[in-house]
Amino acid sequence: MSDRFETHQHDVLIVGGGGAGLRAAIAVCEANPKLSVAVISKVYPMRSHTVSAEGGAAGVIKPGDSLDEHAYDTISGGDWLCDQDAVEAFVKEAPEELLRLEHWGCPWSREPDGHIAVRAFGGMKKMRTWFAADKTGFHMLHTLFQTSLKYDTVIRYDEWFVTKLLVDDGRVQGAVAIELMSGKIQAITANAIILCTGGCGRVFPFTTNANIKNGDGMALAYRAGAPLKDMEFVQYHPTGLPFTGILITEAARSEGGYMLNKDGYRYLQDYNLGKPQPKPVLRSMELGPRDRLSQAFVMEMEKGRTIKGPYGDVVHLDLRHLGEKLISTKLPFVRELCLKYQNIDPIKELIPVRPVVHYMMGGVHTDINGATPLPGLYAAGEVACVSINGANRLGSNSLPELLVFGARVGRAAAEFASKHTTPSAAILAQAMDESRRLRKQLLEKTGGGERIATIRDEMQKAIENGAGIYRTGTSLVETVTKLRELQQRYRNTVLDDRGLTFNTELIAAMELGFMLDAAEAIVQCALHRTESRGAHQRTDFPKRDDEKFLAHSLVYRNADGSSRVEYLPVKITRWPPGERVYGEPSQTKDAQAGR
Amino acid sequence: MTPHEAKGATQYTTYHPRWYRTRVSTYWWLGKWYYLKFVLRELSSIFVAYFVVITLLQIHSLSRGPEAYARFEERMRNPLMIALDAITFLFVLFHTITWFNLAPRAMVVRLGGKRVSEILIAGSNYVAWLVISASVAWFILR
Amino acid sequence: MAETIQLEVTRYSPEHDAAPTFQRFEVPYRKDWVVLDALNYIKDKLDGSLSYRWSCRMGICGSCGMMVNGEPKLTCATFLSFYAPDAVRVEPLRYFPVVRDLVVEMTDFMVKLQKVKPWIIRKEEKSIADGEYLQTPQQLDVYKQFSMCINCMLCYAACPVYGLDPLFTGPAAIALAQRYNIDSRDQGAKERMDILSQHEGIWACTFVGECTEVCPKHVDPAGAIQQYKLTAAKEWFKSLLMPWGAK
Ligand SMILES: Cc1cc2nc3c(=O)[nH]c(=O)nc-3n(C[C@H](O)[C@H](O)[C@H](O)COP(=O)(O)OP(=O)(O)OC[C@H]3O[C@@H](n4cnc5c(N)ncnc54)[C@H](O)[C@@H]3O)c2cc1C
Ligand code: SF4
Ligand code: FES
Repeated sequence: MSDRFETHQHDVLIVGGGGAGLRAAIAVCEANPKLSVAVISKVYPMRSHTVSAEGGAAGVIKPGDSLDEHAYDTISGGDWLCDQDAVEAFVKEAPEELLRLEHWGCPWSREPDGHIAVRAFGGMKKMRTWFAADKTGFHMLHTLFQTSLKYDTVIRYDEWFVTKLLVDDGRVQGAVAIELMSGKIQAITANAIILCTGGCGRVFPFTTNANIKNGDGMALAYRAGAPLKDMEFVQYHPTGLPFTGILITEAARSEGGYMLNKDGYRYLQDYNLGKPQPKPVLRSMELGPRDRLSQAFVMEMEKGRTIKGPYGDVVHLDLRHLGEKLISTKLPFVRELCLKYQNIDPIKELIPVRPVVHYMMGGVHTDINGATPLPGLYAAGEVACVSINGANRLGSNSLPELLVFGARVGRAAAEFASKHTTPSAAILAQAMDESRRLRKQLLEKTGGGERIATIRDEMQKAIENGAGIYRTGTSLVETVTKLRELQQRYRNTVLDDRGLTFNTELIAAMELGFMLDAAEAIVQCALHRTESRGAHQRTDFPKRDDEKFLAHSLVYRNADGSSRVEYLPVKITRWPPGERVYGEPSQTKDAQAGR
Repeated sequence: MTPHEAKGATQYTTYHPRWYRTRVSTYWWLGKWYYLKFVLRELSSIFVAYFVVITLLQIHSLSRGPEAYARFEERMRNPLMIALDAITFLFVLFHTITWFNLAPRAMVVRLGGKRVSEILIAGSNYVAWLVISASVAWFILR
Repeated sequence: MAETIQLEVTRYSPEHDAAPTFQRFEVPYRKDWVVLDALNYIKDKLDGSLSYRWSCRMGICGSCGMMVNGEPKLTCATFLSFYAPDAVRVEPLRYFPVVRDLVVEMTDFMVKLQKVKPWIIRKEEKSIADGEYLQTPQQLDVYKQFSMCINCMLCYAACPVYGLDPLFTGPAAIALAQRYNIDSRDQGAKERMDILSQHEGIWACTFVGECTEVCPKHVDPAGAIQQYKLTAAKEWFKSLLMPWGAK
């Protein structure tokens, strides 16, 4: 194979075509129509995972609600780890951005008089969640994608996979990417690069996240020298289907579904969540806070009272007593998901469920405009950590976050790009090296014998054991050791596929590499944070510790591949840390976000 | 980004995807009742046209007096013609039915903001058809 | 080992094969497994070189369309149990050029989609400060169905007209154009008319209707096309009767 090498040049390069990436692309066009914008995505943009969000997007629009209340809900829900200046900007701009999407054609659900309709959502004390039936993310993504088609200056690289960021002179100046269709490895240079690659749920064995959520952007930034922030905060949802990770909404429980262990016993009564009542009672039993439900699952499992399924331990969600009529009128979507994707009929059968990883609060460290400490590098969306989500994201805050910070980052990157020019020659040499590395290490490699799937499975198991719902110092240390071993073995992976055309195994191998780095960051942050806060629960340090840890973790990669964790104080503007009390009358704890 | 043009070449050259195109078989419509039905419907337009021509001829001979009409009737009694007419009748019937069933797809009727159900629209078509046919029959057979 | 099921999968490597062939695999059979799970099993455990697209495994991203026993299907929503104990044949989507194994080339659709201008076109934009365009639930309901398209391409694989004439704009793209045409906020129907009323636009469609049958999201593209034909015909008559009328 020859060293033929092509480069493409743009002003702004956006990695990722999900909600955040597309919003950023449009923002760049609007800020400066002269700039050439490229959107590179490993799947066609409308396939991005934003498509699967169902519930809705929060933004204050109705009378009787206020920006301050939205801000307070967000901050208390995030256990005071949110940067309050960012939250204030976020709640202010969210309604504007949601309206802009309305103007672009998003089919928001409406009131009879034609105004936008809003619904209630877990952790939001006022009704402020905009929705487009039960397919909010889908409609938002398709609206953004279709609207982006009208901008001629947006060049798309669909089904291209970014493998490395190119840094020279302390500034990010481009990326190396593989075009799946041809297998060509090429360099794309740009004055500013925005990462919008989404989260990394796939690091865990059970997740609602799609196959493409592998923490690519996190690892790319981390390897390039930018720090990752608050990676220890991983959000679980208590009722996902095992294996597929499909989410069963809370509505199934609020209509009166039971959570049963292997003896058919409503085990939640053993965990200070109230006693079983004939009718569902808010904030008790099955309607308790989501993190408490997830935690109760772990304790049942430790007692050996969960059910062993083909994909690990589960408990049962029982809807059968609700009857066919209620299920098909009130919970049609739950039934449809079970029937269509799991072959289970909840009218007649028990639904196996377990807590599943849902969302990453942490990500690439950015300021309020999406700029990372590395000049020229920006990030927005789930890959970034601004941070408005703190220790725990509130349901329906993520979709508006994509819009608000997508737009902000687009404007900031446009400005930066107009001021800087031409990539250095050293960049191209780096790109050639990367291309050679990919071929040597993967495509033309001989020997070795590790399968990608084996290492992936072991990584997922290790991180679930060490950095799952509950963590302890010892389990985390074990996981660190295991991950190190896996990093070693990863170098020995061998591909069955040596082809150039649409080599998905090559992509999977690189994604595994990214996931191993993301896993390392999660575990390191979790190990160093010796307190419990929001989604990070240490059994050896069960209390929140504002003295030491009212601060963001920042994890850096050292030159030798090891990592170091530093801390950055949280920005407090108007809301001093308060107590998060369980159960009634405070509602803070069930601010555990949703969908 | 538009990838490279498809190469007609049979040889693979590095980095140039070589797409495989399946040719559509001449008998694609035989594989499935749905497609067969579609082809039959397309075919039925010939018979509809034939039906129109015959009707025009009939009116033409009628206008040229009873003799001409008797000659027309004579020609139509030919068993071959009868067979052809029977087939035509079936095809025209098929055409009509499929046409009516498709009507609601093209015509979205809304009453009081609600979409009128497909069955209702197709049904009203059938009712109109029956009523008109019946009144024609009554007019002729009276 | 427990029960198993046979899969017959199209293999095509442009670098080595002149034409596609079939390869047989034996995979575990499970009641809750869809065809896609079986493919993933093959890739993880048996042969890592098998190529196909997928992402969400919940029928919403639109990546995993393939021919399953000759029918266009979302493989993440098609259970093995529907076919067991017989073998299941998995092929790339029909009528599209095959890139590799089960992966087809779909730039063609992306180009067509952009051509029909699937975005809101207005003579005058309202400013954000003035709030939303009002739209009643009834007005929403008018186009809602056509907005549900996940671009999975199953309808193209079901459309013999597209198979015979690849220039045909095709079901999903026309349905999406119609989605904007009948959105109460849009004023771009005239602009889209020029593209849609070309020969390869709506008139190429002979109403096979199979696109609507296979659509996993009940979009009814066939209905969209027929509706649009009616509109176009009306417009044509109008321009015939009133040639001086505004165009
Ligand atoms: C089941 C589910 C339901 C949810 N429901 C809600 C909800 O109701 N409300 C809410 O607010 N939030 C919800 N969320 C969260 C929210 O949907 C996500 O956080 C958000 O969509 C992430 O968007 P994104 O733009 O950051 O990334 P994504 O949409 O994941 O896009 C990532 C993009 O990056 C590209 N990419 C990644 N790596 C590479 C690479 N190496 N090279 C090139 N391209 C790459 C991908 O191709 C893709 O285009 C939900 C999440 C899930 C999983
Ligand atoms: S119209 Fe239906 S079948 Fe066609 S692409 Fe859209 S969702 Fe798929
Ligand atoms: S994998 Fe997303 S639609 Fe099947």
